[in-house]
Amino acid sequence: MKKEDDMAKQDTSRPARAAGAPDPSRRSLLRGTLAAGGAVAAGLMAGRARAAAPVTSVTPDPLITEVQDWNRYLGGGVDTAPYGLPSEFEADVVRRNVAWLTADTTSSINFTPLHALDGIITPNGVCFERHHGGAAEIDPAQHRLMIHGLVDKPLVFTMADLMRFPRVNRVFFLECAANSGMEWRGSQLNGCQFTHGMIHNVMYTGVPLRLLLEEAGVKPSGKWILAEGADASGMTRSIPLEKALDDCLVAFKMNGEALRAEQGYPVRLVVPGWEGNMWVKWLRRLEVGDKPWQQREETSKYTDLLPTGKARRFTWMMDVKSVITNPSPQAPLSHGKGRTVVTGLAWSGAGTIKRVDVTLDGGRNWHAARIDGPSLDKSLHRFYYEFDWDGSELLLQSRAMDEMGYVQPTKNALRTSRGENSIYHNNGIQTWRVQADGVTENVEVS
Amino acid sequence: MLKFPKAFPMGAATAFAVLFTLSTPVLAAEGAGKSGIERPEGGYGLGREALPEEIDAWDIDIRPDGTGLPEGRGTVAEGEVLFTDNCAMCHGDFGEGVGRWPVLAGGQDTLTNERPEKTIGSYWPFLSTVYDYVRRAMPFGNAKSLTNDNVYAITAYLLYLNDIVTDEDFELSKANFTDIHLPNEANFIDDDRYEEPHWKADAAPCMTDCKPDPVKVTMRARILDVTPDGEGDAIE
Repeated sequence: MKKEDDMAKQDTSRPARAAGAPDPSRRSLLRGTLAAGGAVAAGLMAGRARAAAPVTSVTPDPLITEVQDWNRYLGGGVDTAPYGLPSEFEADVVRRNVAWLTADTTSSINFTPLHALDGIITPNGVCFERHHGGAAEIDPAQHRLMIHGLVDKPLVFTMADLMRFPRVNRVFFLECAANSGMEWRGSQLNGCQFTHGMIHNVMYTGVPLRLLLEEAGVKPSGKWILAEGADASGMTRSIPLEKALDDCLVAFKMNGEALRAEQGYPVRLVVPGWEGNMWVKWLRRLEVGDKPWQQREETSKYTDLLPTGKARRFTWMMDVKSVITNPSPQAPLSHGKGRTVVTGLAWSGAGTIKRVDVTLDGGRNWHAARIDGPSLDKSLHRFYYEFDWDGSELLLQSRAMDEMGYVQPTKNALRTSRGENSIYHNNGIQTWRVQADGVTENVEVS
Repeated sequence: MLKFPKAFPMGAATAFAVLFTLSTPVLAAEGAGKSGIERPEGGYGLGREALPEEIDAWDIDIRPDGTGLPEGRGTVAEGEVLFTDNCAMCHGDFGEGVGRWPVLAGGQDTLTNERPEKTIGSYWPFLSTVYDYVRRAMPFGNAKSLTNDNVYAITAYLLYLNDIVTDEDFELSKANFTDIHLPNEANFIDDDRYEEPHWKADAAPCMTDCKPDPVKVTMRARILDVTPDGEGDAIE
């Protein structure tokens, strides 16, 4: 049976338990159960998004009538995992790379497993990574942040200095401008992790950039800042001073803990609602100037080529967008007809999301979805649409509207305006085709 | 039925200003961004003054008007040797690119093609970006190891590979740098996204009977089969 073979393969591919951890009896139990196959194994594989068929048997469920190992024997002690990790049954919930996209993993991107997450907060360990010279490892004691240029007094801060400024907590999405960029020519990748996973949403703790700039004293001629990273790519972007003074943060925490190395530890720039490349990681320098610097990432990259041969530059804002995360190709609708939960994410660089509509028939008829959880400025919003599935084919789409009244466009509307070579800022409506057997695929529709 | 403001048509020049105008009430309402933190008189007194030597060490950015260019010089011929030793393993001897590493030369007149080739000669608007980027980030894995003269020479060689200079004896220096303009400079425009017709559509979109015929699938990702890790198989 192919299904069981796949499961067995999954089990052997799981990483081994951390060294020093006692061999839990449930590990051997899992192996045994998998060898036996059947519905019990499928139940254990819930993390695989391969849910068990509903139990309709009239025979008593041995999971209830028999004492299970975890019910009898002791689990791990409090010193088993000083830094906690997800359950081993969640081993598939990881960032994934698309190897053919880039030349080397040290200048590449991976993708957030959106299909396996819920709520609005992205766990730190699965926030997608994009870096241009590998993830730098920097001792915070050896990190410096310099502000200079058109300022009254150029300054150098240590991390300890930064921690003495007033700080704030804000939840923001960070979306790469190239998110969904592989889909401009048509449906290409089977999974919302790959089509929409260049995004994450965390709570940042940091110092308003305005306070740091005011400490140095920006001269009246200052109109732009250049932000630079300390990594091997020396990442740089020009940012208008108005934005820098408005809502940008110099952040050192994400979801309450220190930034992960791959997210710019010990300190990064937060540029709410604007393309992720501007959120310079390993931030070491802020220069104030009177013009933009026309750096590599704002000229040769992150400019949007149009069919005329002209290219838009400084396309900073991330437009209103949404995607259904379940079901999706990596998370098929395996439970059969009956009560069904469709869920997904919506966001806009212009502010909050006011409404999300869901269609089951490829856009002929739409239904208002239910937004649940905090509705925060420039943050992911979680939506749900619950219905009774009759088991027939579905063409699922979601359509978001933000508080400014912008409505997520169709991919074809974007292509009409921009052609197929602009790479960035593809916020078009995504279609998933759900077959009667629940298998779900990335498609485009008439 | 909720009513929403019509999408604002934003002109290229006004897009930015409008964005901020629109953002303000949101921020004020939530107290986001505007943290309500009052800066003490005289400031926080944190950090120390940056020394001129420290600013010089880090301030290596260069603008199109030549601001930031260091003293120095280098010829096409010198650049060819340096490029072969330091760059060709990824970018190819003639900037043609190895594997998926960036192509640096050629591609002129391809920007309206189905598959544009975006290179320094065909796409990049400013030569200052080449100098700045090579000096800060190249060679890949050994950044900031080239001298300023080395970078002038490599930049000169990249001009030569793109037929922007044709003389192997051409010497690029701080003095003549801003005389050189890349061919595609005029083809960059400000962000005029919000002029696109779809943004001006009625912000109360259709809810029922929005398409006359049953919807048909026109394209399937499965046909391409480029999804990694056998994810496509796992759901069979």
